Amino acid sequence: MAIDIDKIRADFPILSTLVNGKPLVYLDNAATTQKPRPVIEAITDYYSSYNSNIHRGTHHLSNLATEAHEAARKTIQRYINAEHAHEVIFTRGTTEAINLVAFSFGEAFVNPGDDVIVTTMDHHSNFVPWQMMCERRGANFRVVPFDENGDLRLDVYQNLLGEKTRIVAFNHVSNSLGTINPAKKVIQMAHDAGAAVLVDAAQSVQHIEHDVRALDADFYAFSGHKIYGPTGIGVLYGKEAWLDAIPPYQGGGEMIDQVSIERTTYNKPPFKFEAGTPNIVGPIGLAAAIDYLNGLDFADIMASEDSVLKYGRSRLLEIDGLTIYGNAQHRTSILAFNIDGVHHYDLGTLLDTHGVAVRTGHHCTQPIMTALQIDGTVRASLALYNTRDDIDALVAAIRKVLKMLGR
Amino acid sequence: MASIQEIQGQIVDDFSFLPAWDERYAYLIELGQKNTLLPEEYRTEDNIVRGCQSLVWLHKECRQGEVFLQADSDSLIVKGLAALLLQVFSGQPAEAVIKADLTFFKEIGLDKHLSSQRANGLLAMVEEIKAFAAQCVGGAA
Ligand SMILES: Cc1ncc(COP(=O)(O)O)c(C=O)c1O
Repeated sequence: MAIDIDKIRADFPILSTLVNGKPLVYLDNAATTQKPRPVIEAITDYYSSYNSNIHRGTHHLSNLATEAHEAARKTIQRYINAEHAHEVIFTRGTTEAINLVAFSFGEAFVNPGDDVIVTTMDHHSNFVPWQMMCERRGANFRVVPFDENGDLRLDVYQNLLGEKTRIVAFNHVSNSLGTINPAKKVIQMAHDAGAAVLVDAAQSVQHIEHDVRALDADFYAFSGHKIYGPTGIGVLYGKEAWLDAIPPYQGGGEMIDQVSIERTTYNKPPFKFEAGTPNIVGPIGLAAAIDYLNGLDFADIMASEDSVLKYGRSRLLEIDGLTIYGNAQHRTSILAFNIDGVHHYDLGTLLDTHGVAVRTGHHCTQPIMTALQIDGTVRASLALYNTRDDIDALVAAIRKVLKMLGR
Repeated sequence: MASIQEIQGQIVDDFSFLPAWDERYAYLIELGQKNTLLPEEYRTEDNIVRGCQSLVWLHKECRQGEVFLQADSDSLIVKGLAALLLQVFSGQPAEAVIKADLTFFKEIGLDKHLSSQRANGLLAMVEEIKAFAAQCVGGAA
C-alpha cells in the first residue's frame, strides 16, 4: 500500500511555515531532517514531567527517566537489529561515534606499519578521525577511489586489502553523490582479509536497509537528527566482542566500576563508553522518531523516496546546461548538480528567496570535489515527506533564477 | 567625497525602493557587474580571500593615508557584496575605515551573508580591509 504523504506532512509542523513569504520547500534533509510532532512532544513531555538525572537516583523521577532512556536503547537496538541492547552506545552524533572507534580501536589494535582504509567519497567525519589516528599510531592511511559514475572502485579496494589492514571505514550512502555502496560486499571483503569494519550510516539508516547483523558490521554509526530525531544524539553500534576488547574513549562518571588512587576498573558496555551525565532526552526523542517510522511501512517509504528521486532527476535534466553529479548504479535521496556558468552559492542563495532550502558547497566532502574537479554543488536531498510537488517547486524556482540571471 | 556614514545611508535608501527579495538580489548582482573590475595582474594567489564556497580577489592600495580597493569574485552575489564594500570604503581615509561600523548590511537585510562568514568570505574581506587600513594610517604601507 502506498503511504499517505499528505498525512505524513501534517505530522511535521515546520513543513507548513513560510520562508521569505513563500511556503517552505525543504530539500536539505541530508544536512538535517525535520521532526514529527511525536518527537517534539516526547521532548516537551520529558522536561515537563520527569526530567531527572539517570542511573543514580533513588527517587521516583530518576527511575522514570532511567527507564525511558534505557527503553530508547532497546527501541534503537530493534530498529538496527542488534543482538544486544548494550551494543548500542549513545554519542553526540555520527562524528563522535567515529572518533570513539578511531581512538579506542586505534589504541588497542593499530600499530606502526598497519593499514587503515577509507574511501574518497567519505564525509570529513569519516575521513579526518582516521587520518588523525594513523598519524598517532604510525599507520598507513589508504583511500579507495570512486569511478566516473560515483561507484567505489572495488578492484582497487581488493588490492589495498591485505594482512596489514586493521580496519575499513566507509559510508553506506554518500551524502554528496547519493551512491549506495555495496555494503555487504565491502564488509565481506574486509572480513576475508581479517579486518574490522565501521559503517558510516548517517545517510543510510533513514533511507535504506539498516540491519547491522545482515550487514555483519562490526561498528555502525548514525546521527539522530538525520532520522527525524533531535540533534546532539547519535548512536554507535559495536559488536559485543569488539566493545569488550577496546578501551574506553573518555574517563569520568558512569563509565567506571571501581575507582581508587592505585587503579580504576571500568564499567561494562555501553556505560564504559558513556562517561558523564549523558544527553538524557536525546535518546528519548530519537526513540520517538523511530517509533514514528515503525508506524509506517519502510518498504513504502523507500518506494516513495525512490520515485521522487527518479522524478527529480528527470525534471532537473530538462534544464539546459545542468549536470548531475552521482550516477552510481544504486542511489538514494541525493540530487547534486551544477548549471553551466552559474555559481552554486548564487543559485542556493537565490533559491532561498523562493522558499526553497537546498545546500551548496562541498558538503564536507572536499576529496569528492577534488576528484570531480569542481569546487561545490547545489544539493537537494530528500526525506520521506518530500513529494513530486517539491521537485516541481524546485525546478520552477531554478527557472525563475535563471531568468533573473539573464540565462 | 561623501563620508562612510553618508554612503551607507545612500545604499540603504537605494535598497528601500526594492521590497522584494529577488529584486534586491537582481540589483545587487547588477551593482557587482558594473562596479567591480579587477585587472588580470591583480588576480593573484596573494589577493585571494577564501570563503568556504566562493573566491574573492581583493586588491588594496594605500595612497596618502587613503585606502583604495578593487575586487572580484567567482560568485555574482559575492561580487555584488564586494561592490558595496568598495563603494563604502574605497577612497576613504584609513582612519575612517578602521573606525567604521558597517550597519547597512543589516538594514538592507543582507547581513546573513556576513554571519555565514565561512561560506562566502565577506567577513574575512571586511577584516582584511580594516587590517590594511591600520597599516595605511598616516600614509605608510
Ligand atoms: C555521510 C555522513 N557522515 C557523517 C556525517 C556527520 O554527522 P554529524 O555531523 O551528525 O556527526 C554526515 C553529516 O553531515 C554525513 O552525511
